[in-house]
Parts: sequence; C-alpha cells; structure tokens
Amino acid sequence: MVDSSTVLYGQTLAYTFYCLAILSLMGWFAFKITRKGKEGKIKNTLFYSYVTLLIVLGVSLHIVTYNTIPWTPIDLNRTEINPDKVFNITVEKHHFILPQEKLTIACHDKVLFNVTSNDLTYGFGLFRQDNSMVFQMQVVPGHKNDILWQFDKSGVYTIRSTEYSGPEGVNMIVKDAVVVSCDQASTINHQ
Amino acid sequence: MYFIQTLIKGEDGLFKPNTLTSMQKLTLRFVVVGLFYYAFAVIEGMIMRIYEIQPIPFIESKQFFAIMTAHPLVGIFGSTYSIVFGAFLFLVPFLMKKPLWSIKLGNWTLWLIAIGTFVFWSAGFLTHYAPLYTLYWPLPADFTQFSVIGGTFFIIGIAVVMLGTVFFVINIFKTLTYTPEGWEKQPSGAILKSALGITAVANLFRRKKKDQHVSLPVAAIAQGTVDVAFNSAIILFTGILILIYMVAALLGFDLKSTAIDALLYKNWFWWGLDLVADGLVLIFVAGTWYLLATLITGKKLYMENVARIALLIELVVSWTVWSHHLLSDQAQPNILKIVSGEMVTAFELITQGLAFFITLYTLWSARPLKMTNPLKFLLGGLLGFALAVPAGIMQADIGLNRILHNTQWVIGPHVHVAVLVGLAMTLYSAIYFLFPILTNGAKLYSQKLANFHFWAQLAGGVGMGAFMGMAGLHGMLRRSLYVNGEFNTYMILAALCGALLLFGFLAFFFNIVMSVGLNGVLGIFMPSKLKTKDLLPPSQ
Repeated sequence: MVDSSTVLYGQTLAYTFYCLAILSLMGWFAFKITRKGKEGKIKNTLFYSYVTLLIVLGVSLHIVTYNTIPWTPIDLNRTEINPDKVFNITVEKHHFILPQEKLTIACHDKVLFNVTSNDLTYGFGLFRQDNSMVFQMQVVPGHKNDILWQFDKSGVYTIRSTEYSGPEGVNMIVKDAVVVSCDQASTINHQ
Repeated sequence: MYFIQTLIKGEDGLFKPNTLTSMQKLTLRFVVVGLFYYAFAVIEGMIMRIYEIQPIPFIESKQFFAIMTAHPLVGIFGSTYSIVFGAFLFLVPFLMKKPLWSIKLGNWTLWLIAIGTFVFWSAGFLTHYAPLYTLYWPLPADFTQFSVIGGTFFIIGIAVVMLGTVFFVINIFKTLTYTPEGWEKQPSGAILKSALGITAVANLFRRKKKDQHVSLPVAAIAQGTVDVAFNSAIILFTGILILIYMVAALLGFDLKSTAIDALLYKNWFWWGLDLVADGLVLIFVAGTWYLLATLITGKKLYMENVARIALLIELVVSWTVWSHHLLSDQAQPNILKIVSGEMVTAFELITQGLAFFITLYTLWSARPLKMTNPLKFLLGGLLGFALAVPAGIMQADIGLNRILHNTQWVIGPHVHVAVLVGLAMTLYSAIYFLFPILTNGAKLYSQKLANFHFWAQLAGGVGMGAFMGMAGLHGMLRRSLYVNGEFNTYMILAALCGALLLFGFLAFFFNIVMSVGLNGVLGIFMPSKLKTKDLLPPSQ
C-alpha cells in the first residue's frame, strides 16, 4: 500500500503550486486594475467555463483520491475484509491499554486496530520516528472505532492520542508501541 | 505638543462625537468592542505561539488549554460578531433607506455580547475551564478535570452572548419587514422572499421576472442571519444540556454522562457550528465583497442574479456539510461521509469561487481604480479565501482526512488564513470604507500606518498559516503540546509571522485612536445629543 508520506508529499507539491499561482494572479490583478485597460465586456463563455471547471475540480478530487489513495476503499469497505490480525485496545483515564507491550505486525498483513473508549473522546494515531503521521482516527465512547491498515515496510511506530481530552491527555503517548517487520517469510506469505 | 493634542482630540480635531447620531454611535461602539476583543485574541494567540516553541514557566498547561478554549470564542463572538453585527445594523437601514427597527435592541445586543464574552473569558482565565470550543461530550461535564463553578459561569457567558445574538436576528428581520410610522405599508412578504433568495430562484422559471425588493448585499445579510438564528438555537440548547449536568453536580447529583450519545452530540454540535463556519461567514463575506465592489467602482455587480442564487445555494449547503468534521469518526455512516462530508462540501468551492470571480470582474470592469485602503484590503480578503477554501476542500476528502485531521494543517492554512486574511481583511476593508461616513468626515491619522497594517496583516496571516501547515504536513497535531522542540523551526517562523499580525493590529489601533482621539473614543459611548432615528445627521 502506498505510504501516507508519499500522498502527503504529492499534496504538498500540488498545494504549493496552487498557492504560488494564486498569489501571482492576485499580484498581477492588483497591478493591472490601477492601470487603464482595453474596453470590452468579458465573454459569458469564460464565466461559464470557469464554473464548469470548479464543478469538475470539486467532483473529480474525490473520484481521483478514491482510485489513487489505497486506504480509502479499504476504509469504506473494511467490514467486508477479513483482517490477518486484530488488536483490541482500550482507552480509559487518559491511558492506552494495549493487549501486549509491543504490537508486532508482519509486512503486508491487514491489521485491524479496534479501539474502545471507556470514558472520553480520544484519538488513535500512529507516528513514525520523525514524528510524521501514518494514520489517525477518532475514538468516540459508546461506539466501535476500528481502522484497517496494511504496512509495506519495516518500521517502529509510536501511538499517540490525536484528539484533545483535557490537559491530562497531552501525555497520551506510547513510544515505539508498534513494530512492523518485513522479513523474508512475511513477504513470501503474501506473494 | 502636536502629538499630545492629536492623541486627545484626533487628527486635525475633525472628529466631533457630539455631531454623531445614535446609529453612528451604536455602530462605532460595536467596532470599539470588536477591536478590543480582537486585541484579546491576538495577545492570547501570541502567548500560544510562544508556548508552542517553549512552554512558558509561569503558565501551566491547564492555563494554556484554557487560553486555547477562549481564543476562538473571543475571536468569533467577542470580536467578529461585534464588528459584523454593528456594521449590518447600520448597513441594512442604510441600503433599505429606512430606520433601524430598534436602536435600543441594538444596544442590548452590543452589551450582551460584550458582557457575555467577558464572563466566559474570565471563567476560563480564573478557573482554567478548558473543554475547547469543540466541547466534545462528555469533556464539558468532566468535573475530575474542570471546575463545576468555572464551567457554569463559562456556559452562562456563552448563553448571554447568544441572547444578544437572538436580539440581532430579530432586529434585522424586523427592520426588513416593518413599516415605519407614517410610511406606506411595506410589502413584507415580497421583501422577505427577495431577501431570502426565493424571488431570484423563482425568476429562473418565470418569463416575466419579478423585481427584487432588496439589494444583493441586504439579501446576503438576511440569508446569513438565518444561519445566525439556527446557530444560536443550537448553542443555547447545547449550553442548557451542559448546564443541567453542572447544576446537578453542584447539587451533589452525578448524572450519567453515557445518557448522551457522544457521536450524536458531535453531529449535532458540528451541524450547528458549520452554520457559522460554512454558512454565515461565507454568506456575509460574499455579500460584503459585492457591496464593496459596487461602492468602490460605482458599477453594477457582474452576473447579479447568479450571485443571488449562489447565496441561497450556499445557505442550503451550509445545512448539509457538517460530516466533513466526522470523516475520521469510524462509527459515522459512510453515506454521510461521502454525500455530506465530500460531495456537498465540494459545492463550497463553486459558491465561493463564483463570489470570487464576480467580485474580481466587477472591479476589473471599472479600471483604472485608485488603490485605496478599502480596495487593497478587499483584494487581501479575496486572496485569503482563495488560499483557505481549497485547503479546506482537500481535508474534506476521506483519504486525505486520514492523514490531515487534527493536524496543524487544518488550523493553519485553512482556519487561520480564512479568518485572519480572508475574513479579517474583508472586515478591515469595510471599516476603512465606513470610517469617514460613521465619523462625519474624520481624517485618518497616517496612511503609512495603514499601509504597514495591510502588509503586516497579509504577510503575517499567510506566513503563519503556511508555517503551521508545513508543521502539520510533517505530523504536528493541533490541540496538543510538544515539549521537546520537535517542530520548533516551523513554530518559530509561525511565531514571527504572528508577531507581524500583532504589530499590524497595533499600528491600526494606534492609527484609529490618533484619528478620533481619546476624547472621541470616550465620546462614542456617551448618549447622542441628536434626537433622531436617522443614520446620519442632516448635514451629511
């Protein structure tokens, strides 16, 4: 599965390019409107083409992301997918209660993180050693909160609550709690 | 000597509060209160900016989160509501050419918002009540973390603000539809249909188009006020719910927090709050852009009927987009995530995109234009939303939300650029435009300070949003603390930009005080000597 850092990199490029374009457009506009220009009405075709472009952009974004971001269809259809491993995690009084000290995962396994809150609304996120985010979800009390994920490379990840639950929630960090191992055996199993 | 004289009497002694009507004073009072709370929000913001680099020793983390709780509420209710309500209570009568229905009710709105904001701010400051503005259930009623008394006063403060807001709603709609004494009976039904965009939509299907009874900016104000009304009802209801738990706790009863479904509460809350963020803000801003564009150029708005229809679409869209806040809530039904969270939310790209184009073209058609303060701030406001809306559309995608939700991306490039560049610069444009009208010709003290204000607001707002966004893309969460300097490079740069925003505001504040003088600021709060319901004195 494409790593989330790759998706973020693509988004960074796209948004940066867009920002530079719009800053340039507005700078040019501000310069030009203080100067006399050619008389003449704008063609309505330009206006309606612009509206069509906005509609296409708005709709196509989600179609494109559905077809290119692999965890989107997995997330929407996760009840129909059999996970290779399930971790049942409880959160209570600002503590994560893990089923074991280290959650070990083999590469390419489909892993279901099933997180239950016994009191407040929390978050559940996995972070790399450089603090970048792999994924996150909200953990709402009284409801099922599960996420299916597939890891394609070795790594050690920290669990952190990604939702504010009061000042005491700031330290809800379980360092190096998830270990993903891509040894030869796990690679062969999934081929 | 000149400096002291100007500080006391204003630039050239031109501002004479004795010549102001009750309506001018009411509007200026709203502006003073709004700027007072903007100062609060900016200072609180700078404290948080510094704290995110390095926790400040004499401020505990509980206080930090209490500041974070108060900050958006002071900014939205204390500052923005004050400035916007003040402007609209003046503009609706101005554009309808009829008196405001009740100046007394307008003053009630002013003082209820001012006092209510101070009450909830104080409760947070003194007791560190800190469930954040999101109030995710059952955190507001978590008395192991928060003081019950503090929470009670916090909620009472919010309720007082909402009462003032309800009075504003009543005043606006009564002003639209009432018949002033001695006037010919007003066609209130037709006025309301025009104001709510119904006539514009119906005209699409009519061969013989009906005339509009209200101008486009008044229609924007009316439709945005519908969302103001709904939002105040939801906030009041939510406040009463939380208050029940607090009063029970004070009386020694421990009500089960599980009696309230946390996910349902979250849906309800975000439905209500999006009436502000995706409803009234966008509608009011679009209406203000249209008004400023027509006033600056003296020309008719391009594609006015399309603009009217787009406003009504935006109003309806604002009722249906709330699920974009719940894309990472796994128990939220998929159909709501896809339809409400993604598809309908994408409509905002279209409605705001239309407002952007229509405003720009109207300005373009009138060139050459002089780059006045209202025009440059209007362009800044347009740029702000052009940057912030696509950032919001990106995070309102199921796939991208998985890696963006609750990161600094959301609060940086989206929220703060929208608020500090998009919204604030639009409001400043209106303030600079209305300043000579509201003050009967007072002179701005310094154009250099106004120029500095513009560039500091623009660079500070865009820069701060950008560096927060970069931190978010690298994994920095919002609503959290990092004590080991993990994101310090970005946070230092964001703080420098935040400082620019602070200096820009101080420049503006100083400029305004020197323009009207301290006597003038005090004089605004004295009763008017002119016994008239008219907006402007007879000589204007």
